[in-house]
Amino acid sequence: MGLTSLVLILLVLAFVVYSTARSRAISLAKPLGGISHLHSLPFFYGMRSAIWCAVPALGLLIIWSLFDDHIISTLVLNSLPESMRPASATEHSLLINSIENIASGALSSVASDPHLVSAAKVLDDLNAMAANLVTIVVLSTAIFCSALAWIKLSPQLRARQAVEKAFKIALLAAACVAIFATLGIVLSVLFESIRFFQMVPASEFLLGTEWSPQMAIRADQIGSSGSFGAIPLFVGTLLISFIAMVIAVPAGLMSAIYLAEYAEPAVRNFAKPVLEILAGIPTVVYGFFAALTVTPFLRQAGANIGLDVSSESALSAGLVMGVMIIPFVSSLADDVITAVPQSLRDGSLGLGATKSETIKKVIFPAALPGIVGGVMLAVSRAVGDTMIVVMAAGLAAKMTINPLETVTTVTVQIVTLLVGDQEFDSPKTLAAFALGLMLFVVTLALNFFALRVVNKYREQYD
Amino acid sequence: MINLTAASREQRIRLGLKKRHRAERQFKFYGALAIVFGLACVFLLFGDIVSKGHKAFQLTYINLEVTYDQDILGVNDPTDARQVSLGNFHGAIKAGLKNRFPEATGRKNKRELYSLVSNGAGYNLRDRLIENPVLLGKTIKIWVIADDDVDTYYKSIGESDGPFTGRTSEQKEGWLKELIKAGDIEKRFNFNFFTEGDSREPELAGIRGAAMGSFYTLIITILLAFPLGVAAAVYLEEFAPRNRWTGFIEVNINNLAAVPSIIFGLLGLAVFINFFHVPRSVPLVGGLVLTLMTLPTIIISSRAAIKSVPPSIREAAIGVGASPMQVVLHHVLPLAMPGMLTGAIIGMARALGETAPLLMIGMVAFIVDIPSGFHDPSTALPVQIFLWADSPERAFVEKTSAAIMVLLAFLIVMNTFAVVLRKRLERRW
Repeated sequence: MGLTSLVLILLVLAFVVYSTARSRAISLAKPLGGISHLHSLPFFYGMRSAIWCAVPALGLLIIWSLFDDHIISTLVLNSLPESMRPASATEHSLLINSIENIASGALSSVASDPHLVSAAKVLDDLNAMAANLVTIVVLSTAIFCSALAWIKLSPQLRARQAVEKAFKIALLAAACVAIFATLGIVLSVLFESIRFFQMVPASEFLLGTEWSPQMAIRADQIGSSGSFGAIPLFVGTLLISFIAMVIAVPAGLMSAIYLAEYAEPAVRNFAKPVLEILAGIPTVVYGFFAALTVTPFLRQAGANIGLDVSSESALSAGLVMGVMIIPFVSSLADDVITAVPQSLRDGSLGLGATKSETIKKVIFPAALPGIVGGVMLAVSRAVGDTMIVVMAAGLAAKMTINPLETVTTVTVQIVTLLVGDQEFDSPKTLAAFALGLMLFVVTLALNFFALRVVNKYREQYD
Repeated sequence: MINLTAASREQRIRLGLKKRHRAERQFKFYGALAIVFGLACVFLLFGDIVSKGHKAFQLTYINLEVTYDQDILGVNDPTDARQVSLGNFHGAIKAGLKNRFPEATGRKNKRELYSLVSNGAGYNLRDRLIENPVLLGKTIKIWVIADDDVDTYYKSIGESDGPFTGRTSEQKEGWLKELIKAGDIEKRFNFNFFTEGDSREPELAGIRGAAMGSFYTLIITILLAFPLGVAAAVYLEEFAPRNRWTGFIEVNINNLAAVPSIIFGLLGLAVFINFFHVPRSVPLVGGLVLTLMTLPTIIISSRAAIKSVPPSIREAAIGVGASPMQVVLHHVLPLAMPGMLTGAIIGMARALGETAPLLMIGMVAFIVDIPSGFHDPSTALPVQIFLWADSPERAFVEKTSAAIMVLLAFLIVMNTFAVVLRKRLERRW
C-alpha cells in the first residue's frame, strides 16, 4: 500500500476513533445525569483517543520511511555475489540505480547481468514485503493504541489536561523548527567547511591572494592549479558593497530626514510607499536592470569621456545594489529619527536654531547610534545579496579597487561553484561551503552588533 | 556704548542669518533631491522594463498557403496518431514558402527563406489536422508563427533609427517587405507566452512552466510555513515561560531572519538533497528551502498580530471558564487571523521573488515540460527570468522583460491584497 493512502487510512481511522470515543463519553455520562458530570467536555475525550490512535502510528511510519531505502538496498546488495559488491560510494549508487532500472523495466532484463536481474527480483520482493509489513504494523499499532485509550476512558479521566499537554508539545515543536534550521545551517556549512580545510589549509584560504578553483583532472593539465586564496573575493565584495553604501546611505538618510522633518503629509503619503516599492522588487529584476540597462549605459558614458569601462564592472552592480538598499536605510533611519523626542526639537528651535541646524546638531547626534545600526544592517544586506552580482558582476577574481574593472564576490563564487553537478569530495565544491561559512559568520556578526547598538540607544529616551 | 554693542551684535546676527537661511534652503534641497532620486529610480526601473517588455505580448504571424500534401507529410491516414505525430509538417510549411517565393533557389537562399517561419510552426498545422482530418490533401491559408528575427524586425519597423536588421539579410528584408505590402504579416496577441513552457526558440518560449513551478513551490511553502509559523508564534506569545530556552528560540528566529538567502540554498543542498536524498530540481525541495526562509517573517508578523489582541479578551475568556487552549483557539487566533494572513501573504510574495536558494538546489535547468506535481523537475518564475536574461538571442530580452512584468504583477496583486485585507479586517481596540 502506498504511503499516501496509508496516511489517509490512518486519518480516517483517527476520525472514526474520535467520534466513537466522543459518543462513548456522552453515553457514559448519561446515567450520571448529563455531560456536566464528566471531568472534561466530550470533545476532549474524542481528541485524546484520536491522538492515541494517530500519533504513535504516524511516528512509526516516519521512522520507517527515513530508513527503508537504506535497509532495502543493503539487503539487495548482500544478495549479490561477493565479487560484485560495490567498493566506493559512487559505485554503490550506480549499482543500486541499475538494479532499480531493471526492476522497473526501464532496462531490459534480457541484456543485463543475470546477477543483477536476480537482485532486481530480490528488490521487487523486498519492496512488496516491506509495503505489506509496514501497513500491517502501522495499522495494528493504531488499533492497539486506540484500544488502550478506549479502555482507560471513564468519566473521571482527565482528558482535557492530556489533550492540552499534547497541544502544547506540538506548539513547542513548531517553535523549535527555527532552532533546527539554524542548527542545520551551522552543521551543514561547518561540516563541509571542515572537510575543505582538511584539503586546503585555512591560512591559504584566508590570506591567499589567488583564486582559481578549477581543479586539474589530469596531472599534466595547464591552468587548473586549484588555488583557493579568498582575499580577492573579499576585496570584490567589499568594493561592491562600498559603492552600494555610497549611493544608499546619503540618499536613504536624506530622504528619511526630508520625509520626517520637511515633507507635507501629501508628499509623504505618496513618496513613502513608492520608495518602499524598491524594497519589494525581487533582486533578479535588479540584476536584469543592472546587466542590460545600467552596464551598457556606463560603457557608453565611459567611452564618451575616454574611459574604458568593463562590461561587467563593479560600478554597475554597486550602483544598482545601492538603489535596492535605499528604502532599507531610509525606513530604518525614519524609525530612529521619529523616535527622537519632540522636546529636543522644541528646545533647539526655541533657542533660535534653524530647522537644518536642529537636524544636524541635535537630531542627528541623538539618532546616530540607531543610524549606525541601520547602516550595518544595510551592509549585511549588501554583502549577502546574490542575484545582482551574479548577473552584473564578473567571475574573474581580480585584486583591484578600481570600480570600472571586473571583480567577483563571495556569493557569485558560491553560485558558480554549486550550479550544475557537484562532487562532494572535491575542494572545488567544498570551497563554496567555506565561503558560505564566511558569509554566515560575517552577516551574523554585523546583525548582532547592529542590534546591540540599536537597542542600547533605545533605552536612553524611553 | 551698550547700545552700540547691541546694535553691532544685531547686525552680526543679521549678516549671519542670510548664510544660515541659505544653508537651510540647501539642506532642504538635498533632501528633496534624495526623494526625487529615489522616485526617479522607481519610475526608471518600471519604465525600462515596460518599454522593453510590452512587445513580447504580441507575436508576429505570417499568412501562408499550405497544402496538406500526403507525400510531403508522409501521412495517409490522419486518424492514425502515430503517423500524424511523425508527420513532416514543417516540410509542408517549407513547400508553402517555396510556392510563395519561387525566386529562392540554391541551398543558401532556401535556408534563408525557410528561416522566415519558426521551427515550431508545424505543430499548429498538425493540431489542425488532428482536429479536422478531412483537411488531408487540401490547401489552406493559415497564419504561422514567424521566426524571432522576423518578429524583432517587424516590431521595430516604426522605430526612429529604422527597423533592426542585425540578423536579417537584404534578401530576407525584401521578402518581408513583400509580405508587408500584401498584408500577409501581422502582430497578434501572444497566447503562447502564457500557455507554453520554456523553449530554445524565443518565439515559442512561454512562462507557463515556470509559473506552475512557482505555484507548486509556493503551495508547499505556505502549507508548511503558515501552520508552523503560527504555532511557533502562539507558543512564544501565549505559553512560553520566560527562560533560557525560549530566549534561545527567539535569538534563533531573529538570526534566521537576517541570514542571506543563498545560505538557505546551501542548507537545502547539504541537508535535503545530499543527506535526505530528496530529488534535485523539484518543487518539493524548493518549497522546503523557502519554508525555512519565510518562517521567521511569518513568526514575527504573527507574534505582532497576537500581541495586538488586548489582554481583556483573554481574561474574559478565562473568567467564563475557558481553558488556555480554548482561549487561544476560540478567541485569540480568530482575532489575530487578519494580521497573520497579511504577514503570510507578504512572506509568500518574498518567497515568490526569491532566486538565489533555488539556484543552489538545481531548480535552474532548461525544462520544456510544464510540471504537473510536486515531484516534477521545474524552474520558478524568477529563475526563468535569470535563465532568459543569460540567453544570447536578442528576442529573449523582451521575453525576459515580459516575464518580469508578469512576476511584478503577481507581487503587486499579492501585496495589494495584503493591504486591503489589513484595512478591511483590522480592528481597533
